[in-house]
Amino acid sequence: MKAEASLADRQYVLKESVFDSLRASKWLFAVVFVAPALIFLTLVVVIPMLYSFYLSFTNFNLVLKINKEFVGLDNYVALLSDSTFLLSLLRTIVFMTLAVNLELLLGLLVAQLLAKPMKGEGFLRTALMVPMMMPPILIGFQFKWFFNDQVGLVNNLIYAVTGQTTQIPWLIDAVLGFISILTAEIWMGTPFIAIILLAGMLSLPKEPFEAADIDGATRFQKFYYITRPLLAPYMLIALAIRSLDISKAYDLVKIMTGGGPAQRTELIWTYVTRLSMVDSKFALGCAMSFVSVAISFVFTVYIYKQLVAARR
Amino acid sequence: MRKKNVYLSLNYVASYLLMGVFTFPAVWIILTAIRPDKEVNASPPVWIPETVTFDAFAKLFGGNTSTGSIPFHDYFLNTIWIALLSTVFSVMIGTLAGYYFSRHHSKRANAVFLSMMLARAIPGVALSLPLFLVFSKIGVLDKISGLVIAYTALNIPFATWLMQGFFKEISIELDEASFVDGCSMWGSFAKIALPLTLPGLSAAAIFTFLTVWGEFQISSLLARTVASKPFTVGLFDFTTQFTVDWRGMAAMAVVMIIPSTLFVIVAQKWLIRGLTFGASK
Repeated sequence: MKAEASLADRQYVLKESVFDSLRASKWLFAVVFVAPALIFLTLVVVIPMLYSFYLSFTNFNLVLKINKEFVGLDNYVALLSDSTFLLSLLRTIVFMTLAVNLELLLGLLVAQLLAKPMKGEGFLRTALMVPMMMPPILIGFQFKWFFNDQVGLVNNLIYAVTGQTTQIPWLIDAVLGFISILTAEIWMGTPFIAIILLAGMLSLPKEPFEAADIDGATRFQKFYYITRPLLAPYMLIALAIRSLDISKAYDLVKIMTGGGPAQRTELIWTYVTRLSMVDSKFALGCAMSFVSVAISFVFTVYIYKQLVAARR
Repeated sequence: MRKKNVYLSLNYVASYLLMGVFTFPAVWIILTAIRPDKEVNASPPVWIPETVTFDAFAKLFGGNTSTGSIPFHDYFLNTIWIALLSTVFSVMIGTLAGYYFSRHHSKRANAVFLSMMLARAIPGVALSLPLFLVFSKIGVLDKISGLVIAYTALNIPFATWLMQGFFKEISIELDEASFVDGCSMWGSFAKIALPLTLPGLSAAAIFTFLTVWGEFQISSLLARTVASKPFTVGLFDFTTQFTVDWRGMAAMAVVMIIPSTLFVIVAQKWLIRGLTFGASK
C-alpha cells in the first residue's frame, strides 16, 4: 500500500512542475503509445460491431439474394419469442455458473494438495499445466471420443466394471450431453484456477498459521478463517478470467454435440453461428449477439471494478 | 506424529491420482497416434500399444492436396504465420499501450483502459459475423492477412493488461533518474522500462501465441479453404459424416501440442506472475 501511495505522489510531481519540458511532449507521448492500439481496435472491432448493430435492424441474410431492407426492431421482437434463443441463453448462464463454481471448488482442493512440500512437486505442478497446453478443440475431440456411446472409453470402462452392455448415449441425450460438455469444460478450466490459487497459497504469510497452530485450530478452521480470506484476490482474478472465457464457450459444444439433440445442448454462440451462417438469418444472429454481448458487458464492468479494487 | 504421516501419504496419493486425471487425455492422444489402427477403437480398450508404429505420422507428413489427403504442410505454415504475425503485432501494440496506462491514471486514461478491456468480452462469433462481410468486401476473407488482422485486434487488450501489470512493477524512480540523465519519454521507455520487462514481454508473447495457435471460433468462420485454414479447422478433415479417423487426428494433435508444451514449461513462472499481479500487495 505504501509503495502505491508514493507512486501516485511521484506521478503527481512528475505531472506538475518538476519536468516542465516533458509536459509539452505529454500529448505526443499519448499519441505514440496509445494511438496504435486505439486505431486498430476501432477499425477491426468497433466499426465492424457498429456495422453488425446496423444489420441487426435489417433483414440482411447471406443465402438469399434479396435487397437489404430496414425492418426496425423486428429482429429484437423475434428473438424474444424464440424459445431456442431464450433456452440457449439460460443454458449458457447455468453452464457458466456450474462450471465456474465447480472449477473453483476443485481448484481450491488441487491447490491445497499441491501446496504441501512433496517429492516430485515440480513434476506435479508441470503436469497440472497439461490441460492448458491443449487447444480447446482438441479437448473437445478427445472428450467426444471418451463419451462416444459405441467405442468410447467411458462406456467401455462401465462395461469392464459392471459387465453390463448398456450403451449409455452420453452425447445423444440432452441432459447427459450437457453433463459431458460440462465435464470437459471443468477438466479444462480447473488447472488454470488451481495454478493461480497455488501461486496465492505459496505467497501467504506463515505467521497467522503458526499462531493458529498454537491456539489449536483445526485444519478446517485454518482454511476457513485464514487461507480463504487471504486468497480472495486470487480467487477473484481466476474467476474473472474463467467466467469471461466460459461465457464465450463454443468449441466444446460445436464438436461434442453440435448443439444436438434437437438443439437441446445449444449454447448461445453455437446457436448464433447456426442461425447466421446456416439458417440464413444473419440479421437475427446479429441481434442475438448484441443482446448477449450487452449482458456480458455489464458483467465485465462489474468484474473489472472488483479486479481493480483487488489490484490496488 | 502418526496422524500427520497418514495425512501426508493421503496427500501424496490424492495428488498423483489427480495428476493422472489431468494428464490422461494428453497421454491417450499420444498413445492413439502411435498404436496400430485396429487397436484404436478396440473394446475392451487396449491401454499400452502392443506394437509401436509411426504410420499415422508418415501419412500426415506426406499428405498434400494433389493426392486428396490432408494438406498438412499448408496447415502447418498457415498456423505458424498466423500465430507469429498476430503475436508480434498485438504484443508490440499492447506493450506501448500498457506502458502508457502504467504511467497515467487520469480519469480519461482509466476509462479508455476499461473500454479496451471490454473488447476482450466480445466473443469471436459476435465479431466474426460482421468481419466475414467486411473481409469479403476488402478481399481478405480466407486469407492469412485477414486472420492476422482479426487476431491482432482481439489480443491487444489482454497484451495491454498483462504489460500494464509488468510495467507497474518498475519503480517510478527509475523513470525520474532517466529523465535527469536527459532521456526523453521514449528513451526512458526503450532504454529502461522495456529491458526490465523483457521476461514479462516474453510471457505476453507466449500467451498470445498459444491463444492464436489454438483458436477455433474465428478461424472456423473466416478460414474457408487450404489457403488460410490453420490446424484447428483442418482437424475436421479427419471427420466424415459417420466416421472419424481418430488415429490420424491424434497424430496431428501431437504436432499441435508440441509448441504449447515447450512454451509452457519454459515460461510458466512468468505466466503465473503476469496473471496474479497485484493480488499479493
